Amino acid sequence: MAGILSLTTFLPLVGVAAILLLRLSGKPDDARTVSGAKWIALATTLATLAMSVAVVAKFDPAQSGFQFLEDADWFAGLHYRMGVDGISVLFVLLTAFLMPLCVVASWKSIEKRVLEYMIAFLVLETLVIGVFCALDLILFYLFFEGQLIPMFLIIGIWGGKNRIYAAFKFFLYTLLGSVLMLAAILGMILIAHTSSIPELMAFKFAPAVQTWMWLAFFASFAVKMPMWPVHTWLPDAHVEAPTAGSVILAGILLKMGGYGFMRFSLPMFPNASAQFAPLVFALSVIAIVYTSLVAFRQTDIKKLIAYSSVAHMGFVTMGIFSGNLQGEQGALFQMLSHGLISGALFLCVGVVYDRMHTREIAFYGGLVNRMPWYAAVFMLFTMGNVGLPGTSGFVGEILTMTGVYGASTWTALIAATGVILSAVYALTLYRRVVFGQMTNPALGSITDLEQREVLIFLPLIIGTLVLGVQPNLVFNLTNASVDHLVAAFNAAAGK
Amino acid sequence: MTTPELIVTTAVFAPLAGAAIAGLFGRYIPEKVSMTVTTGLLFLACLLAWTTFTQVAWGSWTRPFTVELAPFINIGKFQSFWSVRVDTLSAVMLIVVTTVSSLVHLYSWAYMAEDEHKPRFFAYLSLFTFAMLALVTAADFMQLFFGWEGVGLASYLLIGFWYHKPTANAASIKAFVVNRVGDFGFALGIMTVFWSFGTIRFAEIFPAVAAHGHDTWVFAGQTWRLMDLACALLFVGAMGKSAQFFLHTWLPDAMEGPTPVSALIHAATMVTAGVYMVCLLSPMFEYAPTAKAIVTLIGAVTALFAATVGLAQNDIKRVIAYSTCSQLGYMFFAAGVGAYQGGMFHLFTHAFFKALLFLGAGSVIMGMHHEQDMRKMGGLWKYMPVTYAVMMIGTLAITGVGLPGVELGFAGFYSKDAIINAAYLAGLNNPIAGFAFMVGLFAAGLTSFYSWRLVFMTFHGTAKWGHDAHHADDHGHDAHADAHAHDDHGHGHDHTPHESSWVALTPLVILAVGAVAAGYVFHNLFVGEGRTEFWRGAIFTLPTNHVLDYEGKLPEWVVWAPLAVTAAGFVIAWFTYIRYEGFGARLAARKGPLWTFLYNKWFFDELYDATFVRAAKFLGDLFWKGGDQKLIDGLGPNGVSAVSYAVGKGTGRLQTGYVYHYAFVMLLGVAALLTYALYSF
Repeated sequence: MAGILSLTTFLPLVGVAAILLLRLSGKPDDARTVSGAKWIALATTLATLAMSVAVVAKFDPAQSGFQFLEDADWFAGLHYRMGVDGISVLFVLLTAFLMPLCVVASWKSIEKRVLEYMIAFLVLETLVIGVFCALDLILFYLFFEGQLIPMFLIIGIWGGKNRIYAAFKFFLYTLLGSVLMLAAILGMILIAHTSSIPELMAFKFAPAVQTWMWLAFFASFAVKMPMWPVHTWLPDAHVEAPTAGSVILAGILLKMGGYGFMRFSLPMFPNASAQFAPLVFALSVIAIVYTSLVAFRQTDIKKLIAYSSVAHMGFVTMGIFSGNLQGEQGALFQMLSHGLISGALFLCVGVVYDRMHTREIAFYGGLVNRMPWYAAVFMLFTMGNVGLPGTSGFVGEILTMTGVYGASTWTALIAATGVILSAVYALTLYRRVVFGQMTNPALGSITDLEQREVLIFLPLIIGTLVLGVQPNLVFNLTNASVDHLVAAFNAAAGK
Repeated sequence: MTTPELIVTTAVFAPLAGAAIAGLFGRYIPEKVSMTVTTGLLFLACLLAWTTFTQVAWGSWTRPFTVELAPFINIGKFQSFWSVRVDTLSAVMLIVVTTVSSLVHLYSWAYMAEDEHKPRFFAYLSLFTFAMLALVTAADFMQLFFGWEGVGLASYLLIGFWYHKPTANAASIKAFVVNRVGDFGFALGIMTVFWSFGTIRFAEIFPAVAAHGHDTWVFAGQTWRLMDLACALLFVGAMGKSAQFFLHTWLPDAMEGPTPVSALIHAATMVTAGVYMVCLLSPMFEYAPTAKAIVTLIGAVTALFAATVGLAQNDIKRVIAYSTCSQLGYMFFAAGVGAYQGGMFHLFTHAFFKALLFLGAGSVIMGMHHEQDMRKMGGLWKYMPVTYAVMMIGTLAITGVGLPGVELGFAGFYSKDAIINAAYLAGLNNPIAGFAFMVGLFAAGLTSFYSWRLVFMTFHGTAKWGHDAHHADDHGHDAHADAHAHDDHGHGHDHTPHESSWVALTPLVILAVGAVAAGYVFHNLFVGEGRTEFWRGAIFTLPTNHVLDYEGKLPEWVVWAPLAVTAAGFVIAWFTYIRYEGFGARLAARKGPLWTFLYNKWFFDELYDATFVRAAKFLGDLFWKGGDQKLIDGLGPNGVSAVSYAVGKGTGRLQTGYVYHYAFVMLLGVAALLTYALYSF
């Protein structure tokens, strides 16, 4: 099966080529060209999804190492290495799963430069999948930084009123972390004389070196997560991004940080990870409490959900650095589940934004009277967001808290207040938007979900509920790799 | 699957099937179909539950068994499975839940007759029942927690069922959030158990407790006795779900939900989940003396507190809500002194008479065209004879009327006296149990007073619901005006009360039979000599625990005291509301300090509002506008551009930023301190 990963990664570029051909052959703003581009994008993302499903199907969950390995000489002595283990294969699937939904979600709401928009998304998909498949530091770095560009464009071109400010803020923050990470990557290659990620995972860096490397990587991943206090780019980016942009941002781009911690920080710098764990715990619980309280006071639906994302990522970071099975698996699961739930919540915002063109909470109220199905869907994902058992949101939360309890009971104690606070902001939001009398006359003609929207939500609903009841579907995939990660980390950190 | 396994599994999942059908297809099929399917499946579940119970109690299913259906969360030692666990304890809960639930389903045909959203209502009711059954048949902490929060969800949805009412929405959120405060402790308790026992499955934890009985455990920088810590944290969850003192504030507000909901969820079943949990975990609590003392104390204080508040309320449902709160306190202090069987027995009898009282109150509310203020009732016995009769039975049962000498009385008599007697015996060498005994006795008098006050104000005395009287009174109380507007039966201006239909009365009559006989029939099994054979180890008590062996050890005054205080409560109620009718109202009208204190529920809502709610809002604004916008953004992205701009222009704009720099350093300092703290613990 050699080459299947490269095929999956670069398949979206075929769609890009097709759209470019279409553009050359017709008028760019012609309705048929536009519609053709949409269908090409949808077909490409669906094909990529099929490929990634094939990857998962062929994946041997009993092995802890990397599979579907590819290794080719590139240029200037660099290598092109690809491969996935139980951790990364999950994110490949998540990415490929969310992309078609994003295309459908943009079907009507994107009206200008549709071709370029679809191209940006397809390029983004290639780069994101590449991040998770890359097994070479340089390759990883290229994908990792490369995806900044399409995302920057998606916010900056198809975003809301303050899109330029938000795009630059997003760019500034992430760039800052990237520069430090690049320096660390160069340093690692100089010390270890390899850029192969599997080899680096086995390489033992001196503790003093680890500290600096860890901090440099941390700067980059913490911004991506985002962790407190480098989180303020996220609410702005979300508010300005188009709906599908938010879905990808929350669903996948935020997971880069968590993935990075698990792929680099923990296995390559175990001593530094153990040493800095309390710092991560502190920042995590601050994120949980602080941003939950901030979320509670928001007046913009999207901003509220964005802040709630930061809080949920706090569970992820503390889970990762708890260094035990429950914490790691919980963190992985929480990332996956958050991808579904927050993605769905942003889509819920998109539904009413498409109709009313405002995200002000105060504008809405009483939607249930005219949109009962929308109310039901929104309720389901609100419950997922507050981590109700039976939804996928619960599994990640309880496991990360359990995991961190094993490392620091204080952290678990403070983090557990997050389950109270999430109920406060999420249910208040729901009540103000959906329940009550419909008093705003502007809402009088608002319509319930249309078929296209039901089609988007259905896979997310099924995913949230099925994973909530049968989380082992995920754990069966990740067990071997996570077992290996935890064992290696504890052995190296001397626990 | 063997036949017993099939029977209990079907009993658990039948309500879920009903909920799914009514919930998903309720818009497309006739509403009668949704109602018939949910109600029918519930009666099926009830039948199967009774089959289970009779087989477990008297039949051939003598060994507890667990049906393992599917894996749930399985990570390392963290192993949980979707299961149906059957022993005497869960069998008792199965019949309580399905009996009350099926009767409430039936009753709702009448009560919700005018509502436009019947399929949704019945779907929620059935969903609740499923979650409750999952809770009581859990074999590990994860499924227990699933059921625990699942019933919370159903409760939230049903309290806010009339979503157009702002009060109902507020009440539903309050219920969810306060329960989450409890679950915060519950979750930490589960984690403590997991890390100390290395498992979350009951069958593996319970046998290991004795070995861990004296272990210590470091939590949040302190060293604790392991079992005390674990049980106390778990009990916080029980306090939330069962509306115990400090976490009780959601229950009275939950009365915003339709009355059948109040009867099912907020009286007979969900709120007793906390009691069930403590009894289920008796193998752990028996090794946790301090946690048991906390349970006793909280239970006793709740029993007293809620009974005092119940004295001064005028909304018929709120009186019963506080009564529930108070009775739950009894169940908890019973468990706390070690009489778990007594707590379960009271849970069992209480389910009958409290569901009866609530549904009876619902009948009154229907008859009064959605009036809930007792001050606007009176003299109803003539118009609603059946409702009156069953409410009388319910009142006799809750006040525990019976003759100790010949051991004959209504349901509450057996269970309440068992609790008070056990508390007395435990109190001989345990001052907290002694306190519980005295409180239990005193609160029995209060119970009698507020229960008879309810009957007298509603059914006796002069009618206050005539045209003039009705309109002269102020209409501001609670939200009934709103409810009135919504689902008035369309009787126009005819305010004459009417008896409810037989669809509504049949469940009342069945529950009345339970309220009369449940104590007499079952007391020997639950708390009497047959109890060892009945429980078969489902409840664990240490060999040193003899609190239920009070027979022959009680002084005469203890035996007769409950009856005496109950009689006193009745006499005082009779004097203030019948003999000198209007005396109670005049007393209330003077708004004395004691009355004000009780009427305002000891000012808990005001206190919480002034502290937690305001603090959350204040901190939220502070972190958002001060932290994020001014500090982080001001110094981060915006600051960078501002500084370069200022430097470029050669101006001194930097100075204004100094304050923020200081504050930013402070913010980082807080983070550093917390990091340091986490290092050192």
